[in-house]
Amino acid sequence: MIEDFALQCPIPLDDNPTVQMGHGGGGRMTRDLIEKIFLPAFTNDLLAPLHDGAILPPVGGRLAFTTDSFVVRPIFFRGGDLGSLAVNGTVNDLAMCGARPLYLSAGFILEEGLPIKDLWRVVRSMADAAAAAGVRVVTGDTKVVDKGHGDGIFINTAGVGVIETRLTIGPMSVRPGDAILLNGDIGRHGIAVMAEREGLEFESDISSDCAPLNGPVLALLDGGVEVHCLRDLTRGGLTSALIEISESANLPMRVEEETVSVQDGVRGACEILGLEPFSVANEGRFIAFVPAGEAETALRLLGSGAAVIGAVDPPGNQPPLVRVRTSLGTSRILDLPSGEQLPRIC
Amino acid sequence: MKYLDEYRDAATARTYAEAIARMTTRPWTIMEVCGGQTHAIVRFGIDTLLPPQISLLHGPGCPVCVTPLEVLDQAVDIAARPNVIFCSFGDMLRVPGSQSDLFQVKSNGGDVRIVYSPVDAVQVARENPEKEVVFLAVGFETTAPANAMAVHRAKEEGISNFSVLVSHVLVPPAMEAILSSRHNRVQGFLAAGHVCTVMGYTEYEPLARRYHVPIVVTGFEPLDILQGVYLCVRQLEEGRAEVENQYSRSVRREGNQPAQELIREVFTVVPRKWRGIGEIPASGLGLAPPYAAFDAAKRFQVDSHHAEENPECISGLVLQGIKKPQECPAFGTKCTPTHPLGATMVSSEGACAAYYKYRRHETVEPSPSAAVGGAAP
Repeated sequence: MIEDFALQCPIPLDDNPTVQMGHGGGGRMTRDLIEKIFLPAFTNDLLAPLHDGAILPPVGGRLAFTTDSFVVRPIFFRGGDLGSLAVNGTVNDLAMCGARPLYLSAGFILEEGLPIKDLWRVVRSMADAAAAAGVRVVTGDTKVVDKGHGDGIFINTAGVGVIETRLTIGPMSVRPGDAILLNGDIGRHGIAVMAEREGLEFESDISSDCAPLNGPVLALLDGGVEVHCLRDLTRGGLTSALIEISESANLPMRVEEETVSVQDGVRGACEILGLEPFSVANEGRFIAFVPAGEAETALRLLGSGAAVIGAVDPPGNQPPLVRVRTSLGTSRILDLPSGEQLPRIC
Repeated sequence: MKYLDEYRDAATARTYAEAIARMTTRPWTIMEVCGGQTHAIVRFGIDTLLPPQISLLHGPGCPVCVTPLEVLDQAVDIAARPNVIFCSFGDMLRVPGSQSDLFQVKSNGGDVRIVYSPVDAVQVARENPEKEVVFLAVGFETTAPANAMAVHRAKEEGISNFSVLVSHVLVPPAMEAILSSRHNRVQGFLAAGHVCTVMGYTEYEPLARRYHVPIVVTGFEPLDILQGVYLCVRQLEEGRAEVENQYSRSVRREGNQPAQELIREVFTVVPRKWRGIGEIPASGLGLAPPYAAFDAAKRFQVDSHHAEENPECISGLVLQGIKKPQECPAFGTKCTPTHPLGATMVSSEGACAAYYKYRRHETVEPSPSAAVGGAAP
């Protein structure tokens, strides 16, 4: 890794191997960091002037605007890192508005003592993720905090996207009879991060599902599917997404447990740790609500791994609930986990 | 997934449910002892597959739920001290003591860490010789061997900055307390498979004889539980009261003897207070004299804590199968998993939490003995 780094990292290791307070001081060291780390990675016309803000060309449509902060520990995990997460997280929030993500900002809070090579790896990974998602990082900021006042590196990204569809995408558009689609297997991101953080070793390699979702979402919209609602399954997993939309739309839903794909490794880890795969975090999964008649088209556009997992029911007398039909054919109510999921005693 | 899917097969589950229904001629009340079984029953809706004459009662087998308030207060007291790293299984962190819980201690700057094994806590002690490392050793016979191993290893290696706050409990005395109560409704037991993996089931044989109850050692998957109920109902219908082993893929009659030896080496049987139930004689494990130096309660002089339960909480009655969670006036209103009044609402294995999670919108059918109040065995 060091050799690899020496080939790529523009700041020599022996010069400043770690982040110093001076890197956030606005002087020469700050400029060094910008010119040698951020600019080469994010290079583009809109960023190049290094003005106080980026000046964006007019776009043809409504704008979607979002922000998210990324504080995951550890910074690097199987299948991704803080950098890819910081780009994909915001890209995905824009995609869930039905927007085509265009521009991101990147704010870094670095802890004194962070190895420069780690920063370089994270920034490179952001650049790769931005390229893969087709977005540009056009403005940014860096602050350095005293050692002990941060956790290595925190990143905030904000994003702007253009909405080219005439549809209103959100819980208010969900209708009884809508099919609920899921774009792949769940739980890998949460388990991959937990395995890395807690030093758990599993026989099978569980790799995060971290990925940009603007591709599949735009495939649905460009394919003419009347998308009613989209939600990415991040913290709280499938459980939180379903319950939040059910409550906002004031409509009950039902899900067939057997149709929700969970990799064996994730299932095994969840069994051992006493976690519920439905409530484990994802970073590249979303649910889409579409009219039942368009479910087949939508599945074809989403490609392999996607499945219809349930449907929206007509409103009843009770408060709206999400019911899960278990593999035994019985039914249970899906409920939000309270706070963090905690591994069980035995 | 191997070793999982075959125990969740819908067709086999239906076959068992039908066989149970055919066999059942009158009402029977069966208690599943272990919280893990309660969780599976509610999660998979296993009780809804059973004929209406069979009622399942949820037993006291949730370690989080029965750990007494005093021990939690001791844990909070120790964890808040500046030189301490306090290690615990994850689900103990949210259990409320009388004033605070371990999560609050953590957010106030206490060094509280979740570990997956008590042996990991010994490693923390090795790595932090300048700190006192304390592990909250709770649970039934299932967690006792690993907890004993941690203390044993610390003693062997002379790791003097490690200690354990012990509140271990034993299953058979609790079953006996339930059976000997004048309010007892339990006619048959599904015994806890993991406990019996360690201890075997010879100690249940006198109980089955003395109280004339069938006891079926049962696993945790849906088909395990259905088969356990099947075997239990068959005994009840035939008038038998024996110990049977449904969970034979894990449990032998004599149990895991090296594990038992380790438990006997490190621990000794003591009277123990159970949260919501009260003190049961010879129902717990404490450190044996050669290991007394590892007792965190003594080391930190927190023995004198005394605490009163919230009077609104009926978890004791729930743990004894006298009331169902929804019969509590505070259920789902004053008492929720986010603001639990008692421990049965905290752990995912606690009966109240399981009902809250999966059943809170159903109507309540009072237990036949709902008029009984405040009873302890």
